[in-house]
Amino acid sequence: MNSILKTITKLTALFSAAVVSGIIFTSSALAAGGTGPEIKRQEWSFGGFNGQYDKAQLQRGFGVYKEVCASCHGMKLLSYRNLIQKGGPEFSKEQALAIAKEATVIDGVDADGEPKERPGKLSDRFQGPFKNENEARSANNGAYPPDFSVLAKARTIHRHVPWYTEPYYWGYDMVTAYEEKGSDYIYALLTGYGTAPKGVVMGDGMNYNKYFPGHQIAMAAPLSEDAVEYADGTPTTMEQHAKDVTAFMAWASEPHLNARKNLGKRVQIYLLIFAFLLFLAKKSVWARLKH
Amino acid sequence: MSDHSSSYVPSNGFTRWLDERLPIIRLMYDSFIVFPTPRNLNYLWTFGGILTFCLVAQIITGIVIAMHFVPHGDHAFASVEHLMRDVNWGDLIRYTHAVGASMFFAAAYIHLFRGLYYGSYKSPREIIWIFGVVILLLMIITAFMGYSLVWGQMSFWAVTVITNLFTAIPIVGEGITQWIWGGYSVGDPTLNRLFSLHYLFPFIIAALVGLHIWALHVVGSNNPTGVEVKSKTDTIPFFPFYVIKDGFMVVVFMLLFSWFVFYAPNYLGHSDNFIEANPLQTPPHIVPEWYFLPFYAILRAIPDKLFGVIAMVAAIVVLFVIPWLDTSKIKSVSKRPLFMPFFWLFVITCFALGYLGAKAPEGYFLIASQLFTAYYFIFFIIIMPVIGLIETPKELPDSITEAVEGQSGKEGASS
Repeated sequence: MNSILKTITKLTALFSAAVVSGIIFTSSALAAGGTGPEIKRQEWSFGGFNGQYDKAQLQRGFGVYKEVCASCHGMKLLSYRNLIQKGGPEFSKEQALAIAKEATVIDGVDADGEPKERPGKLSDRFQGPFKNENEARSANNGAYPPDFSVLAKARTIHRHVPWYTEPYYWGYDMVTAYEEKGSDYIYALLTGYGTAPKGVVMGDGMNYNKYFPGHQIAMAAPLSEDAVEYADGTPTTMEQHAKDVTAFMAWASEPHLNARKNLGKRVQIYLLIFAFLLFLAKKSVWARLKH
Repeated sequence: MSDHSSSYVPSNGFTRWLDERLPIIRLMYDSFIVFPTPRNLNYLWTFGGILTFCLVAQIITGIVIAMHFVPHGDHAFASVEHLMRDVNWGDLIRYTHAVGASMFFAAAYIHLFRGLYYGSYKSPREIIWIFGVVILLLMIITAFMGYSLVWGQMSFWAVTVITNLFTAIPIVGEGITQWIWGGYSVGDPTLNRLFSLHYLFPFIIAALVGLHIWALHVVGSNNPTGVEVKSKTDTIPFFPFYVIKDGFMVVVFMLLFSWFVFYAPNYLGHSDNFIEANPLQTPPHIVPEWYFLPFYAILRAIPDKLFGVIAMVAAIVVLFVIPWLDTSKIKSVSKRPLFMPFFWLFVITCFALGYLGAKAPEGYFLIASQLFTAYYFIFFIIIMPVIGLIETPKELPDSITEAVEGQSGKEGASS
């Protein structure tokens, strides 16, 4: 063990020496250039070691999605039955069925060879707002509204920190299990609309957003105060809407997070005890050698 | 070790009968029970066992994933998501496999640097080392192919970038690239063959691991002093001493492994790979997984495409010849004061190249990656042969026993 410690100490010393010399000969000229203000890490009920989804928040978030987002954004990997699943919004079967029935699903062909339509069932996938990408683009000024199914995992944030501190943040994010970068980005985007600063020439039909790369986004600010009614009395601020719908998207991209984190704790406690017992066993076996 | 006499005695009628026909129990007994192992191996020597665990875990999770995976451009991405959503514990199987690749490489790199530090590549262990490098090479190819199967944006564009490197080969490059693609661009045929080979390679790796261990068991393990085993008191039987030590470290390793799987499964991945592959849209930055970054940095450090490819391949191929590049007879770097700073500078170089591989190759970053690339090769081609000839190494202990008894005296005093 001693030699490993020595090795690690040596490595750390050399590494910090390298970092320090790096700081000295690189001036602030290299400071990371960003495309907007830094995106802050938000408090999420599902973040970190003990994180779990907040059922009420997911239900509210689904409401926002359905009332606001679903007119342009699909969620093709989700099924209506997922809305009942444990660890999700946990709607009742009746509620989910009612949601499914609002959709029209094309299922096979009738006797004349024409596509047959029927109301949605729990086992159906979420029906998207557009038949295909071309229809979506033509309805949205040429822009293609991305599917929401895994969007919360398909986005990330970039810290604006000097390059030599990056390894520190890698370690920090690893130890704190920072997996909600995509959610933070989406929340920032939804709340980041504003008027373009003077001198910025906006494209036709584009909107200014300080967090969007390039700052010109085709989507108009989707949320506003009181955009969606909440049954549970939660204040209907724009920020609250953004937070709730982001949480819903996070759940959609990682639907088994609750079960995964719960099991993780048990697995780790088991492994910890197992490792400790093996350590004692190792000590006692190796003690035989000394005499 | 080199004495091949076996002490196995079959205990009953069946094992006696079996032993005369297929002495497999004898082989196991000789290799993993009584196998004489230097008594002074430190914890860095447990990574062989950890790597075996990694390989088995990857194969088992991989076989289950293959039951759900659809190797078709239109369905691959969705089939992975189907596994994550609709298959019982499918998310854990997939995350264990994905995180497992990173863990495998982390352990392999530690194993490799252990070998470098303690001179485990030197006579008589050249064959063990060479098989190890072949395994590393196959691991790199296997991991790359596996990453491509997800068919996200980063997968697709990584395949595009890497297969395009073959076009750098003069005259036949274009033809070879199209042959690899199975068409005029990366597409379905490419995905299918990557899947087929990704399933095949781990079994070739398993066979090579067998040879790696076989060669190890002919000459015996190296040890931290670098002094070969001289007498019986230098060794202890593999069981129970190293079985329990390796077992302990495998469980410690699993603790780290499970941290990622359960709490940060996507920490080591790239968010762009959750966007389905789109041949019409190139991601702003194409970066490989972390374990390829040093090689990627070397590739991009050289402004010429062909020479960049040659340098990247050479970065691994050079490892094959280091048993002959290193002129020092002394194995352990700890006994080579003149060589030691160069060794640690090399370790820093590898970390630095890893960092630079994730950055755009411009400005200071490009210059830095060129300097570190230069040192990467200078270390092997100039420093290794020259220092061995001019250095004055520290005095070696007469035997492992002497080294251990000195050490255990110290340990007793401190505890």
